[in-house]
Amino acid sequence: MSAPIIELEHITKSFGSQMILDDLCLTVHENEFITLLGPSGCGKTTTLRIIGGFEHPDEGRVLFEGKDITELPPNKRNLNTVFQRYALFSHMNIADNIAFGLKVGKKSKAYIDDKIKYALKLVNLEGYEKRRVDSLSGGQQQRIAIARAIVNEPKVLLLDEPLGALDLKLRQDMQYELIRLKNELGITFIYVTHDQEEALTMSDTVVVMNQGYIQQMGTPESIYNEPENAFVADFIGDSNIIPGTMLHDELVQILGVRFPCVDKGFGSNKPVDVVIRPEDVELKEPGTGRLEGEVSHLIFKGLLYEMEVMAGGFEWLVQSTKCFPVGTKVSIDVDPFNIQIMNKPESEDEEAIGVQE
Amino acid sequence: MSRNKQLRNLSLSGPYLFWIIGGTLIPLVMMLWYGLTADDGSFTLANVLAIGEPGHAKALGQALLYSAISTVICFLLAFPLAVILRKSKMGVKGFILFVFILPMWMNFLLRTMAWQVLLEKGGVINGVLTWMGLPRMRLINTPGAIIMGMVYDFLPFMIMPLYNVMSKIENSVIEAAKDLGASDWQVLYKVLLPLSVPGIVSGVTMVFVPALTTFVISNMLGGGKIFLIGNVIEHEFTVGDNWHLGAGLSLVMMVFILISMAFIAKFDKNGEGNLI
Amino acid sequence: MKKTLNRIYLVLIIIFLYAPILTLMVLSFNNGRSMGKWTGFSLHWYAEMFEDENIMDALRNTLIIALIASVVSTIIGTAATVAIQRMKPRTRNILLGANNIPLLNADIVTGISLMLMFVAFGITLSMGTVILAHITFCIPYVILSVLPRAREIGSNSYEAALDLGATPMYAFFKVTLPELKPGIISGFLLAFTMSVDDFIVTHFTRGAGVNTLSTMIYGSVKIGIRPTIYALSTIVFLTVLVLLIVANVIPARAEKRRKEKDA
Repeated sequence: MSAPIIELEHITKSFGSQMILDDLCLTVHENEFITLLGPSGCGKTTTLRIIGGFEHPDEGRVLFEGKDITELPPNKRNLNTVFQRYALFSHMNIADNIAFGLKVGKKSKAYIDDKIKYALKLVNLEGYEKRRVDSLSGGQQQRIAIARAIVNEPKVLLLDEPLGALDLKLRQDMQYELIRLKNELGITFIYVTHDQEEALTMSDTVVVMNQGYIQQMGTPESIYNEPENAFVADFIGDSNIIPGTMLHDELVQILGVRFPCVDKGFGSNKPVDVVIRPEDVELKEPGTGRLEGEVSHLIFKGLLYEMEVMAGGFEWLVQSTKCFPVGTKVSIDVDPFNIQIMNKPESEDEEAIGVQE
Repeated sequence: MSRNKQLRNLSLSGPYLFWIIGGTLIPLVMMLWYGLTADDGSFTLANVLAIGEPGHAKALGQALLYSAISTVICFLLAFPLAVILRKSKMGVKGFILFVFILPMWMNFLLRTMAWQVLLEKGGVINGVLTWMGLPRMRLINTPGAIIMGMVYDFLPFMIMPLYNVMSKIENSVIEAAKDLGASDWQVLYKVLLPLSVPGIVSGVTMVFVPALTTFVISNMLGGGKIFLIGNVIEHEFTVGDNWHLGAGLSLVMMVFILISMAFIAKFDKNGEGNLI
Repeated sequence: MKKTLNRIYLVLIIIFLYAPILTLMVLSFNNGRSMGKWTGFSLHWYAEMFEDENIMDALRNTLIIALIASVVSTIIGTAATVAIQRMKPRTRNILLGANNIPLLNADIVTGISLMLMFVAFGITLSMGTVILAHITFCIPYVILSVLPRAREIGSNSYEAALDLGATPMYAFFKVTLPELKPGIISGFLLAFTMSVDDFIVTHFTRGAGVNTLSTMIYGSVKIGIRPTIYALSTIVFLTVLVLLIVANVIPARAEKRRKEKDA
């Protein structure tokens, strides 16, 4: 992996009596697209604002290329931010908005003009120099906000829920746009969102946060396929989270039935949580699976059918390309590779911290 | 729109239309008529051109000068105040704003009178000076006293619109400017100042117009020795009894008011800087 | 450091704003009549003030004028706002533009032009003309207070009421008016204070012998200020203070209670 560019060391931050971040450590590498993902109030935006210099941590240090920048004000940091609600300067036209950072940095006029052209081309808004901010749509304003940030050639771009105010279609288009930009610019993106789909689509690394703690950090695939605790499993996509008992290595009992699995090292007869993704639940002819049940709800979702199946006293969420009408008797089976075992948190506090391996 | 609806709208807005026509338009026409006629009812420009007479020209010139100076002082006092208030916390903000607006609701004449009491020859400030063994100063009946009165009376009119417009500037805009490398000073004059223009224009107008046209402040703090255009006009209508001349001079004064209104219309399209 | 400088600045402005008013209040308790010398504490100026025919008469006039003017202008202004909201944009803009004239115009012009009209139509200047003049300059303030609220609620709920079978009259009184209430109340209070505070328009439109507090003060300043006026200042200031606190605290409390209910 490439060299670290931003390191957060033991960051603690509280507002009043409310603890927002508690001893947070995070390393961001050069040229990485890293996403801080979590529900509102999880501390993701505060983390971003500490990196940007808009908040001062109560404790801990922020390193940029190995140098301590904790005390540096935002205008002295070699990184730029794309704000949630654009924060464009409404008294300036588009060109002046983009030129702001360059003019403050006393760049030559020719250089500035070049940069404006280049940036507008990069975000597909050529010829918009003289337009007024309020004549642009939300998506266009968002592109200008990005252009305004990247002309300064920051080594790191911070993006605070930049697509939050856009509608669904536009949001999906902008996701591809951002990936393209990131590849063309070759700089580090630190992205904040509460939208798990956004995070999984764009990032190299996803950091799932809750209540000021990092719950899990990894590639989108590992976060989705191997959630480390119930919070991550629940937050990322839909899941069936079922309490169970680990009988011994590679065998778990849920709802009174034994399921073979591939997990090891949990000990024997230990209470655990079992995560099974809805698309991994197989519905078979009655009597041919492990657990008998009956379909209680059915919704057509376009790509597939979503069903609720009452089996073993648990309401299973199931997604399948095949349709099983309400009332159909079915039998449930799960491939051992699709069963994910998690330690049960012993207290609420531990649940928040996330059980580390 | 249906006839019925139109009728209903008319009945709701009827009294208002009556009042606009009777209370605003007709009186202004009367002013125009008086200003452009002589005693015998014939048309004349003499009342308007009378502004060229040395006494009147001087009164207008002084009024323009003093009101301009006091407007600038009000702006210089209120702008930093609005910047500071913008940053304060919500709960504190309401209280502080209350503190700065409260004097505005106190009777205007009492407020002006207070300065007379302070500045008078045997007044409070000279009383304190004497008590400290210092010589008395001539404070009242000077241009300084009048400007002081104007600033004091109209300062809240500058604070309100400036604060209103600034409190609407989102924090993220300020942060964006800092993020792009602007120093505190650059944030102030490249972002805060231009974004406050609607409020500044409203504030300037709301201080400048009453200061330009006042006769109360100059009368109470100028001791009747300093004549502003407002004093000349008031004099013609009460003591001098030449209403045609008074109306003519009022028309000249209104030119400046109209210019101010045009400024507001140009810069404050959304009414962002409104007093309320 | 910067914070301290900010605080010092705020305090200096507060001193500038309040020192003159406090001076009047202190002098109202001064035994002698000198402005420059403290000669002992006394309440006798207050006693004298309440016995002063002129002051009490002016106070009565001021309140009568303000009450009538603010009630009438609130009714006319509110009705007009509702109507203006439903008009075509062009007509709306013309009317709102006309509404701005008395707001932006200098009081002296408003006062003189009204006086000229009264005289031209042969109306004798009296307390009645003062009331008419006050209604004129109060209406725009009412409209300005009610309009933002009217814009905010739009016509949806009114139309919903009609859709549910209400007559226009019923919908107006049971839906539109209650929704506008906060704007109407602040408009009324604003009109009332504007009327109480006015000097210039009253000065030109009053009949002989009709005095409000403002004209009475102006007259007495010319003769020489008596300390009874200081006592009056103190009472006026305290009244304004109490009224403003009440006007600000009650809506804030109601808002808070509403939010707590929601939460």
